[in-house]
Amino acid sequence: MRLYSIAVYLFLYVPIGIIVLFSFNSGRHASDFQGLSVKWYGKALSNPFVIDALTTSLIIALSVAILSSVMGTSAALALQRVRGPMRVLFDGLIYVSIMIPGIVIGIATLVALVTVFDLLNPILASLWPEGVKAPKFSLGYASVIAAHTLFTMSLVIILVRARIAGMDRALIEASEDLYATPWRTFYQITLPQIFPAVLAGFLLSFTFSFDDFIISFFVAGANTTLPVYVFSSIRRGITPEVNVIGSMVLGVSLTLLIIAQVLLRRRDRQ
Amino acid sequence: MAATTTGGRQGSWLTVALLAPTTAWFLILLVMPLVVVVIFSFGARAPMGGYAAAFTFDQYANLPARLTAFKNTMTFAPLGTLLSLLVAYPLAYYLAVKVGSRWKLLLLVLVIVPFWTSLLIRTYAWIFILGGRGIPALLEFIGMESVRLINTPGAVMVGIVYGYLPLMVFPIFVSLEKLDKRLLEASSDLGGSPFGTFLQVTLPLSMPGVATGCMLVFILLMGEFLIPAFLGGGKVFFIGNALVDLFLQSRNWPFGSAVAVTLVIIMLITVSLYMRVTMGKTTGRDEPLM
Repeated sequence: MRLYSIAVYLFLYVPIGIIVLFSFNSGRHASDFQGLSVKWYGKALSNPFVIDALTTSLIIALSVAILSSVMGTSAALALQRVRGPMRVLFDGLIYVSIMIPGIVIGIATLVALVTVFDLLNPILASLWPEGVKAPKFSLGYASVIAAHTLFTMSLVIILVRARIAGMDRALIEASEDLYATPWRTFYQITLPQIFPAVLAGFLLSFTFSFDDFIISFFVAGANTTLPVYVFSSIRRGITPEVNVIGSMVLGVSLTLLIIAQVLLRRRDRQ
Repeated sequence: MAATTTGGRQGSWLTVALLAPTTAWFLILLVMPLVVVVIFSFGARAPMGGYAAAFTFDQYANLPARLTAFKNTMTFAPLGTLLSLLVAYPLAYYLAVKVGSRWKLLLLVLVIVPFWTSLLIRTYAWIFILGGRGIPALLEFIGMESVRLINTPGAVMVGIVYGYLPLMVFPIFVSLEKLDKRLLEASSDLGGSPFGTFLQVTLPLSMPGVATGCMLVFILLMGEFLIPAFLGGGKVFFIGNALVDLFLQSRNWPFGSAVAVTLVIIMLITVSLYMRVTMGKTTGRDEPLM
């Protein structure tokens, strides 16, 4: 039993380890290991395409994390007071937005946004004065952020709601009995108690967005996120650069994830 | 919270205000896109690709053109789910029942974390391992010539289990950890063999976790694109690959929409059938205990 478990852990981590090891390869080819060096890190980080894609990914992931933790937390707090058919409807939408495959979300968002933009752009153009170039809706940062936030917002709602369910109600009642304003009760009592879940939600949203390939592949338009860049490089063949980017991506998400998991579970155990 | 003190009116305005952004998101980015896809699936293809307004069932009639993708998905998704379950169950059992509480948290986190890291990079790792200079090179070294591992159905299966194992372990772990250990003692006190106890007590009580895990993995596998694209080498082709081809390469949006709608319908049917079967079983088991 124990040996079996060790084998499964090896199965999970050896492939990751191999990528990291080969990212330090000094050889010219991706798969001939010749010695340790960080030279490919230097090369990858001086490639403008990599830096561009990395910046795009970071901007998108940060926006997604902020939007979804604020909107998700607000919704989770408000939903406590919603009952009846509205509640069933909301729970259904949360459930669907989490369960629906990313590829279907990617396609549906692509098709719907392109259609809506094609309708809106002529109207927008006619509203603008002659000779001035009217702004145009197109796929880009905003569409990726919006599509990612659909999933991550629901994720935050679920995490925060679980936290609220385990919260000590007596404190809130005491605060209200002592004539605290609703805002003050929220700020001093509710928020500190749900904060680990909100922060974990923020980190998970960031990681999801930073790692997502399939949704960005459909709705990023002319922008390239890091996973989309990696996908097209892999299509051309494996290179040391892909190992380096892969290791950095894994490093970022592993760090954030371990923090998120500890936050989520430490409080659960108390 | 506010509602209890400030009364209904202000409280309900606050509720509406807090829910407004989420509602807008669901309507514009979930409901509208799905409705558009359904409408498109009854449309016709514009000469330059894209969509032309029409009402026809042609796209659905044309579905057999992608029959292989449907067949592959409907073979690999259930088999991959089953294989992940077989690998995950013993580990979940070990973590929940055998490991002391000191190590439990760390070991569990170590299983879950890979799922949240880039599936793209983790799948890429297997191109590296199974590709010509990976395991085949090692095998050649010990005398086995020209073993082909990558771009085979087996490679896709390995990728599936590797990718989705964490998602299977977690719910099974949760249901096993909730299990009342006194039931296991009672069973052995009454002369049950360890294996008998497992079959009659542990396994049935962990069924909700098994059902959740299988459902999650199965749903994600139905929409999988990356694993067959990287490890199947064009020989193993899923619905996801067909969709990428139809929307991004050949730009046949109406037909692509029909394929997507069919995928979602198959998914809904299998999941609701599956839930009916498993839920029926678990409630049946619960009754005599009460």
